[in-house]
Amino acid sequence: MSGKTLYDKIWDAHVAHEAEDGTCLLYIDRHLVHEVTSPQAFEGLRLAGRPVHAPDKTIAVPDHNVPTTLDRAKGIENEESRIQVDALDTNAKEFGVHYYPVSDVRQGIVHIVGPEQGWTLPGMTVVCGDSHTATHGAFGALAHGIGTSEVEHVLATQTLIQQKSKNMKVEITGKLKPGVTAKDITLAVIGETGTAGGTGYVIEYCGEAIRDLSMEGRMTVCNMAIEGGARAGLIAPDDKTFDYVKGRPHAPKGAQWEAAMTWWKTLKSDDDAHWDKVVTLKGEEIEPVVTWGTSPEDVLPISAVVPAPDSFDGGKVGAAQRALEYMGLTAGTPLSDIRIDTVFIGSCTNGRIEDLREVAKVVEGKKVADGVRAMIVPGSGLVRAQAEEEGLAEIFEKAGFEWRLAGCSMCLAMNPDQLAPGERCASTSNRNFEGRQGYKGRTHLMSPAMAAAAAVTGHLTDVRTFT
Amino acid sequence: MDKFETLTGIAAPMPLVNIDTDMIIPKGFLKTIKRTGLGVNLFDEMRYDRQGNEIADFVLNQPQYRSAQILVAGDNFGCGSSREHAPWALADFGIKSVISTSFADIFYSNCFKNGILPIVLPQEAVDVLMKDAEKGSNARMIVDLEAQTVTTSEGESFSFEVDSFKKHCLLNGLDDIALTMEKKPSIDAFEEKAAQARPWV
Ligand code: SF4
Repeated sequence: MSGKTLYDKIWDAHVAHEAEDGTCLLYIDRHLVHEVTSPQAFEGLRLAGRPVHAPDKTIAVPDHNVPTTLDRAKGIENEESRIQVDALDTNAKEFGVHYYPVSDVRQGIVHIVGPEQGWTLPGMTVVCGDSHTATHGAFGALAHGIGTSEVEHVLATQTLIQQKSKNMKVEITGKLKPGVTAKDITLAVIGETGTAGGTGYVIEYCGEAIRDLSMEGRMTVCNMAIEGGARAGLIAPDDKTFDYVKGRPHAPKGAQWEAAMTWWKTLKSDDDAHWDKVVTLKGEEIEPVVTWGTSPEDVLPISAVVPAPDSFDGGKVGAAQRALEYMGLTAGTPLSDIRIDTVFIGSCTNGRIEDLREVAKVVEGKKVADGVRAMIVPGSGLVRAQAEEEGLAEIFEKAGFEWRLAGCSMCLAMNPDQLAPGERCASTSNRNFEGRQGYKGRTHLMSPAMAAAAAVTGHLTDVRTFT
Repeated sequence: MDKFETLTGIAAPMPLVNIDTDMIIPKGFLKTIKRTGLGVNLFDEMRYDRQGNEIADFVLNQPQYRSAQILVAGDNFGCGSSREHAPWALADFGIKSVISTSFADIFYSNCFKNGILPIVLPQEAVDVLMKDAEKGSNARMIVDLEAQTVTTSEGESFSFEVDSFKKHCLLNGLDDIALTMEKKPSIDAFEEKAAQARPWV
């Protein structure tokens, strides 16, 4: 018998029941909840007269709809958004779950708050009614997004009905070159595998380039496992993980910490584990990348040109044609010639302190280009506070960035932060779908450093040549 | 949940690949706190112009597809977010089955919770079904969940795979939560064991 993968180990430790056909009830250690995908689930509980099974393992925070402007204490103008946030408020209190309201400095994007508060720990199962739950996999936790019916199911039973996924290993060997970041890794992987390449799999990211990443960088990589179609992305915990977790408000302490560490140290794939699929990229060959189209797989190095639709096969020819039309781009144009109107730095992909430090490094002493609107939206109130303490906020404001309060903001533009039709945005978020950042808005995904360089030059820019 | 048995209906062709959940139901409609009423906004940005007028050549606006119950689509249907609003909108419009070569994971499982049957078939089969769907309202496709087959208007049949538990729930319109509640003793036992093994959780 071959050994086990990290995914196998976490899975095995959480099967509460297995039916004859292999359908399992997977026990859930942490359930994160936000305002958009939970109202119908709480309503379902209420109608059925069911309580939340484990309120102590359930954490709620509003993020998608909240305004990120400095005057947000005055309330939410859009009625539907307000109703949704109010509903979360009511539900969190009525069902007695942990809750970080808008007024709490710890409020932020759910996937940033979870790790920050020590709710996310190695070896856990973590779910949320949000596809970017994959982020928490950076801690060696099995974390994935679920639909609202499943949110209700977890609230009621603390379990999920699951079939086991297959194991995929994504290895990034060697060292990254200067100017290349976690975001470039994760986009490059999707460029390689396609957005359906991970369907049916849980990915474990490994290799020297992954080990070298900080916890923030690892979260960026795992965050976009879902864009590659995978159910979840994982990275085996190591000393960096343990250092990050230690001392967080909800991390174990004392003897419990020691006990936890004993188990956590076993959380890695065995050498003889079986992999259903293996993808290997050389770290030193990855370049800073940007997306040119309307799918996260439309990735190219910044040094490339806009591709011609007929350079693709099958169904992708039509999709590329449609994408170029939507994006207002002509094949053959150097990517670095593409002018932008807006820069968005933030989201659960790149809204952490390290991302903001990268941006500050690029923009210090410089100015946002004329006519470009640039905003920085920290991932949580605590990230914002830390950036202020480190003097980053001052650098941003001097350079002409809007310095906002925490939330999802223009990542999906459910709040007033939206692109106007035809506007083009250099964005550190994770999706470039049609209309994602505003009706007919055009999104180019990239790393924080690249977005920062674009803000200063006014066009997509290779951060390596930027001075 | 309604039972899903045999479905005989019009199929609408959507040969686009990577139809994502933002296309199926744009975020502006996620602000609802209800599950119903989303059908009019299904594919909203593809279906209506900014003034709210129908875009005539969008497939579901064409007379022969207005009452389609089946979608035949390109690869990787339903990719993107976990929003269950996507199957809610499809169901509310009247779509009961979607056929593609592949589906995004979360969307696939969300469908079953809402009485929609997603069917995965190889490219050759989807190509044949796409052609059949292009015939419009004169063609009726038959989806038989019990037998696990899709049959074109010309009688050509394709078999598909479906997880036996999901099939059972869909055929009988079963509520997952009630089923899981029956396993409460297992869950309680697990919790006790886990509290010993991993007390810090
Ligand atoms: S930041 Fe964007 S991707 Fe992340 S949870 Fe918010 S909306 Fe979703």
